[in-house]
Amino acid sequence: MLTKRFKLINESKRILSGWDSLMPKLKVSLLTGRTVDQGVGKEHGKLSEEYQESVAICHMDPEDIKSLGIRENKNVKIITNFGSVVLRLVKSPTAPHPKIVFIPYGPWASLVMNPETHGTGMPSLKGIPAEIEPALEEKVSSILDLLEEHYKRE
Amino acid sequence: MPVVSHVTCPVCGSFCDDIEVIVKNNVITDVRNACAVGAAKFLDYANHRNAKPLVRKNGELVEASWDEAVRKSAEILIDATYPLLYGWSSTSCEAIRVGLELAEEVGGVIDNTSTICHGPSILSIQDVGIASCTLGQLRHRADLIFYWGCNPWSAHPRHVERYTTFSNGRFQKSTWRAHVSRLGGILSKKRLRRAINLVLGRDVFATPEISRELPYNMFQKKRKMVVVDVRKTHSAEAADYFLQVEPNKDYELLQAFRMLIADEELDVDHVAGVPVETLNEIADVMIGCKLGVIFFGLGLTMTEGKIRNIDAAISLVRDLNQRTKFLIMPMRGHFNVAGANVVFTWQTGYPFAVDFSQGYPQYNPGETSVIDILCREEADAGLVIASDPVAHFPKKAAQNLVKNPLIVIDPQTTPTSLMADVVFPSTFVGIETEGTAYRMDHVPLPLKKIVEPPSNCLSDVEILQRILHEVRRIRSKRK
Repeated sequence: MLTKRFKLINESKRILSGWDSLMPKLKVSLLTGRTVDQGVGKEHGKLSEEYQESVAICHMDPEDIKSLGIRENKNVKIITNFGSVVLRLVKSPTAPHPKIVFIPYGPWASLVMNPETHGTGMPSLKGIPAEIEPALEEKVSSILDLLEEHYKRE
Repeated sequence: MPVVSHVTCPVCGSFCDDIEVIVKNNVITDVRNACAVGAAKFLDYANHRNAKPLVRKNGELVEASWDEAVRKSAEILIDATYPLLYGWSSTSCEAIRVGLELAEEVGGVIDNTSTICHGPSILSIQDVGIASCTLGQLRHRADLIFYWGCNPWSAHPRHVERYTTFSNGRFQKSTWRAHVSRLGGILSKKRLRRAINLVLGRDVFATPEISRELPYNMFQKKRKMVVVDVRKTHSAEAADYFLQVEPNKDYELLQAFRMLIADEELDVDHVAGVPVETLNEIADVMIGCKLGVIFFGLGLTMTEGKIRNIDAAISLVRDLNQRTKFLIMPMRGHFNVAGANVVFTWQTGYPFAVDFSQGYPQYNPGETSVIDILCREEADAGLVIASDPVAHFPKKAAQNLVKNPLIVIDPQTTPTSLMADVVFPSTFVGIETEGTAYRMDHVPLPLKKIVEPPSNCLSDVEILQRILHEVRRIRSKRK
């Protein structure tokens, strides 16, 4: 009886303390690439609003968005072995591609890319295993904040 | 109104040469024939412009004279033991030539953006050769076009219209009209499906399953376009057939095609998520064409296998040439990345990742390529021209680049120029300066000067020459 009660208490403690562990997470394969918006955005200027709007996003399959339990235009956090980044979620215009998440090239995508070149000089910028989770409280950092946070000199 | 015609577009590897630009009082007011990206380049290039040379003092970038900026950068390059000179693909061949001279003078490593683009393709071409041609040949003759691991709709928006399926060649007609009528059919089908779903109470917006069956037009004699990719891109929607491959499984698929073309049996039901019957049908279409071409992109070079994927693709084309005529071409990204490879090769013998630290050119991608050098933290200074590695290198490499003294030559303010120690405001090649660039099929075309540059900006060639002269002057003085 006592052990059962202990188990119950432990269980509820785990649920309360580890709220994060209850957040839906999804294992996906990450792709990066060009989009027309990214191309137009970069010509407007790398510091422009248009550029951030066009590249600080990730395209996801509508079914996967549902399974994360959030809606379009909310923020998500993408975590790989090489870093993490918060991006705005966009419903993919080219679905279905379940468990594949696409991020346009840019400073945000670079934060989670694999620098391993396997002796070819070429880092792995497509097909990277990643985890994605809702990050409703977190903000997508602006380009200047991103530089300040990740590339600041000593 | 003055119209400048036959302008080449300094954006992507397609390097369109039919752009018309309308100029009024030294300002570009309109652009004709360009794609969205090209038009944005011509109309918005003046935004976020670097106006004057900048030098970092007490942690802040402050305006400086040209002489001061040139002296500071020459000192940075001379004091470094292993400087890195990177970029080059978005400037003219003339500038690249001076850059190579500078790299030799300072004993550094010079690398262009093909290192994170089609570097593996170049390695593979050096291994197994390539059966390629110019884009004009394909426009007039190709009747089966593969886009493998690339998305021309986004990265080379006018490629299909100018060189392949939607272009009107002498022997092959455009399939644009057929495509438009097919789109109408697809749209009505979509509407019908939604209506049925609504009546049956199913999810109206559910995405449909992709059909694996080859449509009837794949067996017709006219021009056909096939897209092979891991997701249904916009290019795939414009294709006659879309072959969806599982991520990182391109190598298996290419080798399976090689077996089928050699009339061998496959012992499995599926390869890379595609049923073998479908592969058999596509192999038949490949053998049945008059002239086929595979355009491949970073979907092959960046994924697992890297150079081995390209080996397999080139070998597939070689095998196909036993049965019919087939060609293969990489979809180069920047407008002069092919030119960078060409100039590097004629000056040093190697197309990218050239190391001058021993006084003579050495080439060993994986060792002398920019990402590897940065990840091993070997470089101690950097010069970046016409490129933005801080935005596009993986974090670890970019962090190690900005740790060292950094010189940036760029017309615009970019994340890289914000992190630099010296920034040179250059002119836009192809808009404010003349030059030469190579299209993706290695055809050299001129870059035009359309408007006058701002008085305080110099061309890439002049900036590099000034740095080179200053390096030589300081060196002779120190001796």
